[in-house]
Amino acid sequence: MRGGSSKVSFVRVVQSLAWRELARFFRQRNRVIGAIGTPLFMWLLFGLGLDRSFSVATSADTNTSFLEYYFPGSLVLILMFTAIYTTISVIEDRQAGFLQGVLVAPVSRHAMVAGKVLGGSFIAMLQGILFLAAALFLDVSWSLSQFANLVGVLFIASMMMTCVGFSFAWRMESTQGFHAIMNLVLMPMWLLSGAFFPVPVPGTGQLSQEILHWVMKVNPLTHVVALVRDLMYEDRLSEVDFWVPSLTISVLVVIVSTVLFYAWALRICQRPNSGDLK
Amino acid sequence: MPTCQGMAEASGVSVMSEQLAIEFRGLSFHYGDRQALKQVTFDVQAGELFSLLGPNGSGKTTLFRLLSTLIVPQQGSLSVFGNDVRASADAVRHDLGVVFQSPGLDGKLTVDENFAVQAALYGLSKADSRARIAEVSDQLGVADRLQDHVDELSGGLRRRVELAKSLLHRPRLLIMDEPTTGLDPSARSDVWNYVHQLQQSTGMTVFMTTHLLEEADRADRIAILNEGELVALDQPDALRSELGGDVITIMSQTPEQLIEQLKDETELELQLVDGTIRILGMSDAAVVSELHQNYKAHIQQISVGKPSLEDVFIARTGHQFWGTS
Repeated sequence: MRGGSSKVSFVRVVQSLAWRELARFFRQRNRVIGAIGTPLFMWLLFGLGLDRSFSVATSADTNTSFLEYYFPGSLVLILMFTAIYTTISVIEDRQAGFLQGVLVAPVSRHAMVAGKVLGGSFIAMLQGILFLAAALFLDVSWSLSQFANLVGVLFIASMMMTCVGFSFAWRMESTQGFHAIMNLVLMPMWLLSGAFFPVPVPGTGQLSQEILHWVMKVNPLTHVVALVRDLMYEDRLSEVDFWVPSLTISVLVVIVSTVLFYAWALRICQRPNSGDLK
Repeated sequence: MPTCQGMAEASGVSVMSEQLAIEFRGLSFHYGDRQALKQVTFDVQAGELFSLLGPNGSGKTTLFRLLSTLIVPQQGSLSVFGNDVRASADAVRHDLGVVFQSPGLDGKLTVDENFAVQAALYGLSKADSRARIAEVSDQLGVADRLQDHVDELSGGLRRRVELAKSLLHRPRLLIMDEPTTGLDPSARSDVWNYVHQLQQSTGMTVFMTTHLLEEADRADRIAILNEGELVALDQPDALRSELGGDVITIMSQTPEQLIEQLKDETELELQLVDGTIRILGMSDAAVVSELHQNYKAHIQQISVGKPSLEDVFIARTGHQFWGTS
């Protein structure tokens, strides 16, 4: 039987490429540590350091410690770092020649994107779950369903960021350039997500606060952080002092933006990369 | 859209195109302003071991990328076993085994894992994939390396693993872009022997690019590219014999002066190529000693030899193979 007569299975290609992402990532220990170590360190440093000078009012008229407040943001930062690390492999694969091998195989670009993105998202989610262990030091108690929901949110949010990373990485020729772009795009997205400070309420009359409010409100990461916070803690943030999105809106925003970013990744990978034309 | 005539032709020659592995037809490609390929037309017969020879920058890698389906032709057409690369890319991809110049293996995975990913990409069933991995790794002498990480392998072994990987899905056409670049001479001849053996035992068509003249010489037929244009196409021996006789090469410190002098005083057919004087089509060896005697003062070195592929290249392009990158 000739190879020409065999039908290539979409699911098997996706599985196989996603598995490869996982194997690659976890075999490079510095990546595992790099992606989880920095956010963990930052969480402890800022959390403990700012704990005495910064506390956030909740709806239950209590205050949440900064260590607690900053935890969901750190979790999202881990997803983000991992998403960056895993999508950087698009550039490495192109430089090394592996990607060309996939591009000339009889597989659809969709299968290639799905494999890459699902693999990357799975890794990010696993790293996120690992970090959740640190929450044992906080005053939280989760039911099984809460935990399952949290994992679901972590996965979708990972997919969103992996798609963004993929779309940028596809067009880049060097990993340095990719890091620069990611610092320009993803870092501000994260800083303005309510990870570090809450979203200000609108209508205070201050232009800067007004701008900040709107930028943060339309940032999909704000909704990821809000969802994680909602699932982790019983008390919501005080809606008198801060703007807090509703659960339904956040779920919708996160799902819709993930779908859009996925579509973007699919679209962008149809274009040839100048790296293939040199 | 194909014209009526084109369609009639296509169906009329279907028996013939069965024997054609590759048809390049008026293929052009440019990167911005730079024309990499200009109206390249030639065929590769099924079962052939075919070499595409050209110096760096001659357009052979572009031609390879087009053939591999990595990039799409801008002008002209390209078919593999009768399937057009634009219209039936997937059918072409099933027929192709591709070995790129850059290593296509994942260094973090084992040899076996690399094979398994490749098998999935080409739709081999799990059982078939196991059988093929065993068979191919045996053929290429890497069976005892299946559990090794690719990063740990030597350059020569890696090439063989790569070759094995590209053969898993039983391609009808194996294409390789400078497969021996970066290998030491023994690993190079090793790769050659395996390729030759495979071609003999399976009847597979092999198309490879190279910038090594002695490598091209081992092919059934060669095509020579220069600055994006096809300058020669035939069997290596036929190309050489076209030049007829021997070639005399003279090195001189004052080549321009000497060639003028020779033109005035002899009837020889002289060529000045990149500072070297060449005399083609010599059948009388006595000419060498005569020249040496008469122009001793101007000649640093004089040699005589059978025409090489480099001579073919020089005859067709007017410049040396290595001086054109």
